[in-house]
Amino acid sequence: MCVADTARDVSGNAHCKSKEAEIKRINKELANIRSKFKGDKALDGYSKKKYVCKLLFIFLLGHDIDFGHMEAVNLLSSNRYTEKQIGYLFISVLVNSNSELIRLINNAIKNDLASRNPTFMGLALHCIANVGSREMAEAFAGEIPKILVAGDTMDSVKQSAALCLLRLYRTSPDLVPMGDWTSRVVHLLNDQHLGVVTAATSLITTLAQKNPEEFKTSVSLAVSRLSRIVTSASTDLQDYTYYFVPAPWLSVKLLRLLQCYPPPDPAVRGRLTECLETILNKAQEPPKSKKVQHSNAKNAVLFEAISLIIHHDSEPNLLVRACNQLGQFLQHRETNLRYLALESMCTLASSEFSHEAVKTHIETVINALKTERDVSVRQRAVDLLYAMCDRSNAQQIVAEMLNYLETADYSIREEIVLKVAILAEKYAVDYTWYVDTILNLIRIAGDYVSEEVWYRVIQIVINRDDVQGYAAKTVFEALQAPACHENLVKVGGYILGEFGNLIAGDPRSSPLIQFNLLHSKFHLCSVPTRALLLSTYIKFVNLFPEIKTTIQDVLRSDSQLKNADVELQQRAVEYLRLSTIASTDILATVLEEMPPFPERESSILAKLKKKKGPSTVTDLEETKKERSADMNGGTEPAPVNASAVSTPSPSADLLGLGTGPPPNAAPAPASSGSLLVDVFSEPASAVTQLAPGSQENFASPDLASSELVSEEPSEAARGADELTHKFVCKNNGVLFENQLLQIGLKSEFRQNLGRMFIFYGNKTSTQFLTFTPTLICSDELQSNLNLQTKPVDPTVDGGAQVQQVVNIECISDFTEAPVLNIQFRYGGTFQNVSVKLPITLNKFFQPTEMASQDFFQRWKQLSNPQQEVQNIFKAKHPMDPEITKAKIIGFGSALLEEVDPNPANFVGAGIIHTRTAQIGCLLRLEPNLQAQMYRLTLRTSKETVSQRLCELLSEQF
Amino acid sequence: MRFMLLFSRQGKLRLQKWYLAMSDKERKKMVRELMQVVLARKPKMCSFLEWRDLKVVYKRYASLYFCCAIEGQDNELITLELIHRYVELLDKYFGSVCELDIIFNFEKAYFILDEFLMGGDVQDTSKKSVLKAIEQADLLQEDGKERNVQ
Repeated sequence: MCVADTARDVSGNAHCKSKEAEIKRINKELANIRSKFKGDKALDGYSKKKYVCKLLFIFLLGHDIDFGHMEAVNLLSSNRYTEKQIGYLFISVLVNSNSELIRLINNAIKNDLASRNPTFMGLALHCIANVGSREMAEAFAGEIPKILVAGDTMDSVKQSAALCLLRLYRTSPDLVPMGDWTSRVVHLLNDQHLGVVTAATSLITTLAQKNPEEFKTSVSLAVSRLSRIVTSASTDLQDYTYYFVPAPWLSVKLLRLLQCYPPPDPAVRGRLTECLETILNKAQEPPKSKKVQHSNAKNAVLFEAISLIIHHDSEPNLLVRACNQLGQFLQHRETNLRYLALESMCTLASSEFSHEAVKTHIETVINALKTERDVSVRQRAVDLLYAMCDRSNAQQIVAEMLNYLETADYSIREEIVLKVAILAEKYAVDYTWYVDTILNLIRIAGDYVSEEVWYRVIQIVINRDDVQGYAAKTVFEALQAPACHENLVKVGGYILGEFGNLIAGDPRSSPLIQFNLLHSKFHLCSVPTRALLLSTYIKFVNLFPEIKTTIQDVLRSDSQLKNADVELQQRAVEYLRLSTIASTDILATVLEEMPPFPERESSILAKLKKKKGPSTVTDLEETKKERSADMNGGTEPAPVNASAVSTPSPSADLLGLGTGPPPNAAPAPASSGSLLVDVFSEPASAVTQLAPGSQENFASPDLASSELVSEEPSEAARGADELTHKFVCKNNGVLFENQLLQIGLKSEFRQNLGRMFIFYGNKTSTQFLTFTPTLICSDELQSNLNLQTKPVDPTVDGGAQVQQVVNIECISDFTEAPVLNIQFRYGGTFQNVSVKLPITLNKFFQPTEMASQDFFQRWKQLSNPQQEVQNIFKAKHPMDPEITKAKIIGFGSALLEEVDPNPANFVGAGIIHTRTAQIGCLLRLEPNLQAQMYRLTLRTSKETVSQRLCELLSEQF
Repeated sequence: MRFMLLFSRQGKLRLQKWYLAMSDKERKKMVRELMQVVLARKPKMCSFLEWRDLKVVYKRYASLYFCCAIEGQDNELITLELIHRYVELLDKYFGSVCELDIIFNFEKAYFILDEFLMGGDVQDTSKKSVLKAIEQADLLQEDGKERNVQ
């Protein structure tokens, strides 16, 4: 065969003795080909093919190819199959998206698609799918659906067309038009040809994820197809039976498709349950073949069925059976099955129906942790232990994890540390156990104990007075070790500084011994730790006046007072002054015990969710800098500072210095704000000033943020309504913020059109991957509101901001708000955020000025009871007439002065613009200061509009 | 599926198929990194691993590693069998396939893969259908050759 010959010509390379010899030979060959292509004599198709093929071969050997593209494109228009085929192969392997060539390639493809020759069509479709660029999508996304559903298309072409369309949809979903063809594609699930069904199922699954409504009829079709497959005898499906398993690929795909939907309605559900039971039953039958392929294919279907059962999470019986099945796999001799069983069980553990059943396997999982030879399997075991942990088994699981930590692979140590710290805190009944556990963590894996972990132990000790004495005693003992980790010195320094007095009665831990013990570590520590220790010393001055002179001597020494580090030097100077000048009373006030920390969600949990996210560290650095800047900025001498300090919070500051506050104390406004500064730096208009509490208000979604970053969008919807209300009267602001992501909005509206800029800011220093924001509108909303947008770049670099533009057209009046769903991967975990997008009907308001007479004339014309909607409600904000006026203007209507006979009342007028109609609106707001109530009346020519505007505006006062 | 790689025990890449757009540089980096990870694994270890934000499924046949990168929700076991089916197709076509077949007839290996997978999804799982398509193409090729000779 010619191609093999050409390959052999070059192939000596593959076996060349040295790298240099190989390169030399390749270069010679490349020069030869180049001269052939450039030569005067036009090459015939055969030689062109031969040389293009050689180039391809050289490329596949790992060398760069920078010519020959044009010759390959020429081959596409050849009538000879073999030439065309090599041309297409070259292009699909070597062309990324070179715009000039793409045009030529597209032309050739267009011809082949129109050729009605199934072999040529197949080649063309493959090429589109292989390159899959946006240009290709632009050229062919409209054409391929037609080929797919045309009655006379051959089966093989249909298969290619379905997958080709899928590929284009993945790269450019906006370019693939939905339409009549979708319902016909769904019916391909009934096709005779199983290959066509397989390809179509892949396509439908992906489309259904984004357009569930459009494809919901696929559920019953998929169930009946699946049912026919699982009940068929192993020979029924002929070549689609794989090692005695009927159509495993198709089964997996159908089960996957069903996971796009909630459990179906009862009739279909019964049938589906039967299928799932059959699959579970088959797993118990003796294998029909000893081949691993048989068991793999069978189990692939089984695992997918279990995923579906977990996804539905509604049939306790099936869940428990699934769990038992996985339990068997936990001890299977195939490593692959053990791995997958551990993985699946993790998700089962979170279902209330199966949590208990999962727990029964604890011994097996612990054993896996100890004996598995493959680190990826051990990692799964750790995950599962974490997932199955609850109050009843926490002590055991934590102990096992600590055990494992001693020998764990470096790559997963930090994660285990976080997990242990979280479990120990979450399930601590006895806080002495908690303190022991954390100190053990620091001892075993000090380097992997992040700041969050030791901050947290201090927060907890300070908040719980029953454990303080024990903590002081334990850290004191731990510090006796000749070599202890710096993190232990930090914890020890902090805790003894606060509670050293609780153990000072014991002569073995007298004040001087405590001090000497800590100071013996001082010189080995880094600057931040030394700074912390200096604070501990000044606290000792207060706690133990008897060692004051010893401490003053240390502070006074040259190594402190003249320390090269500004922070240390300053502390030494100030603390020394403080200890000499201040009276005991002042000292006692300034160095009072730390007040309890406000209860908040564990910072460690947030850290684990971020998984190795280094961002917290940078946040911390920033706060630290800010703080020391404060300190340095103060020119007044220390004593004055100290006497001014009578409130407890500055005293908290003293010890907080340098080490910073617990990292998620507040959602560091400085760092997060800066991301969007450019967007909001425009002069605040009257409207933006309207929400005086906006800063505080935004804090509330933030506190809930860690919950928002959950895998369940339902949780995220909480509190979203409040947010939407905030945007009713303004167009710009922060829509959403958590520790990872900030979403800002800027929008403008004119008549029935609008444009919204959405800014996604990555607050971390790590990339977001597969970042996909999606706008979700219900069917009803879709017919009333038209939203157009382009997808954004799927990777968002750390600290970067990406912008998305949404073009909005209001077709008819509407009540719901579209939902913005954002999915991305951050450091290995999947993040899912949903917020309502504040596009409300009043945005399409145009104000109308009118005189008193006109107003009342129209008011009377709209006297039909359906046209009026009234609401009487209590004021939620102070009743300031100026703010009220600004809100009415911000709402979009004109504010009409001197219209209402009562000057305390407000009246407004405007027109709501939609594509289909313009609706005149009149409104009247009557405040009652005494009762702190309002009465709001809306009259418009359309009942639904009156209703909606009244709802929206009522929330504003 | 995001991509499929075939490489030898010596770390020579024999076939690469990408189902996502990416720069050459990035591709090379990924190939290098992934080969290192996979080649370092011992036999009997599990065939799946988490790598970057992907799941990798691999299997070794004689001197060749077949390695697929799939997404989070994809099914690992069926991917493993996908690899096996591809090997079977190669085997059937070449008649007990070896690494050299894939080196010298790389274009055939690509054509077979294309008939089997498209855009990263299974096009047809039937061995017969795939091989029939390839044989037809071969016939066309023979025709072309004859005409060429004439």
